[in-house]
Amino acid sequence: MEAAAPIVNFTSLQKRYGAGPLVLDGINLAVRPGDFISFIGPSGCGKSTVLKLVSGLSPWSSGDLTVAGMKPRQARDRQAFIFQDATLLPWLTARLNVEIPLRLRGASAGERQARAREMLSLVGLANVADYYPRQLSGGMKMRVSIARALTLAPQLLLLDEPFGALDEMTRNRLNEELLALRRQSPFTGMFVTHSVAEAVFLSNRIVVMAAHPGRFHAEVPVEFPYPRSPELRGRPDFQAKVNEVSRLLHEVEEPVTA
Amino acid sequence: MRKLPPILVWLLPVVSGLLFVSLWYGVRAVSGLQSWILPTPLEIMQAAWREHTRLLAAASHTALGALGGFVLAAVLGFATSLLLGVSRSLRASLYPWLLVLQMTPVIVLTPIIMLWAGPGMPGIITITWLISYFPIVANMTQGLLSTDMHHVALFRMCNASRLQEVLLLRVPSALPFYLAGLRIAATLAPIGAIFGEYMVGNSSGGSGGLGFLVYSYNTQIKIPALFATALTSCLLGFIFVAAVSWLNRALLQKWHDSFERTDH
Repeated sequence: MEAAAPIVNFTSLQKRYGAGPLVLDGINLAVRPGDFISFIGPSGCGKSTVLKLVSGLSPWSSGDLTVAGMKPRQARDRQAFIFQDATLLPWLTARLNVEIPLRLRGASAGERQARAREMLSLVGLANVADYYPRQLSGGMKMRVSIARALTLAPQLLLLDEPFGALDEMTRNRLNEELLALRRQSPFTGMFVTHSVAEAVFLSNRIVVMAAHPGRFHAEVPVEFPYPRSPELRGRPDFQAKVNEVSRLLHEVEEPVTA
Repeated sequence: MRKLPPILVWLLPVVSGLLFVSLWYGVRAVSGLQSWILPTPLEIMQAAWREHTRLLAAASHTALGALGGFVLAAVLGFATSLLLGVSRSLRASLYPWLLVLQMTPVIVLTPIIMLWAGPGMPGIITITWLISYFPIVANMTQGLLSTDMHHVALFRMCNASRLQEVLLLRVPSALPFYLAGLRIAATLAPIGAIFGEYMVGNSSGGSGGLGFLVYSYNTQIKIPALFATALTSCLLGFIFVAAVSWLNRALLQKWHDSFERTDH
């Protein structure tokens, strides 16, 4: 059986800013529909840049990149981006924040409101729909941000270290919720993180990256079937996978120079 | 730093005010200055009472001029900032000239303005506008350029149009800056109006506001009344600032960090 056409396809891609050094070099990757790929690597390896390229927020220098067979910018209505901080607009309530993508598309007020309420209850925040962001905890803000990203049911979700600023308990909870949301509203995920355990728990593929220039060092398949339960984290084969990725990550760590 | 108990917040300014008044009486007693050079606070109050009809009429005249200039500055300031904030080339071509305008002392321009706009209310409103316009433009433009880059990226990802980006993102996020500009303008507007009235002097036919009273009391050497005029101007300024503070609170209280409550 032939594999489905990739939703994101990198071919020998290079990226540099102006005349500066290479930020990304020799990037080849086919993201298949349904994949959840994590990108992990030392700082400066260009993992966030990978997402920026896919979203069309930043151009590449040579090679090629397609999203759903199109140029990234043309495929924007199929994707959503979740940033490291929740990037909620502070002057809008949680519900109005979730409504933004619909509002920018010119949806009617009634449609927006119904959809936003639905999304907020999906992330368990129906009761704080009328709260302003500053009244919400970090975890709640991130849930609102996820709800906002999923309002238009994107095929592709780009997540740039979304849980990096949260405590571990909240982070684990949100990891579980993210996988649960994927069952209700299936999306392909591209996820940037610093946490190996998080990458193993969420992904079916992990790309370990190296820096200077940013490049793919190794790809690790993660075969645990979905749905995954929190108990997975306690299993020895989970720990073995975490160790395997950590070892690869260790290989690309730059030697400390005195 | 520990917060002051609420009673002290009210009490301390009263105590320092009383100390200041006693010092005033002390200086007057020791120096032996005449009432027409340094009137006592009581004499100022008596003058204020004696002249209260004139003072109130003048104050409302000044308030009108100040309000006219202030509203003009608020509206034009908003519009100008939108142009400057949205277009790089407009900003490059206009901002230096705005600075030139701001750097030119209003006192130099006053005779020209009076010549062009006429010595009555139009001239006074123009001077008030001129003096309170720049802080609004400078603040609001800064605000429009300070939009969070992640918010901009979010809007771009949603294929937002330029107009949507400005109206739904840049303007609301610049609102606190705009209000900060309005606050500065509110302190300047009454000063501008009074200055305008003073410069017009008796050429407006004696119907001027507080600025005209300053001119007239001064020529009559009614020094306690002059102090009373200062007091009235001060009150007028407070009313302007209080109004903007109220607006600020009404628009920002719910969401802005400057109104963060610490008790929850």
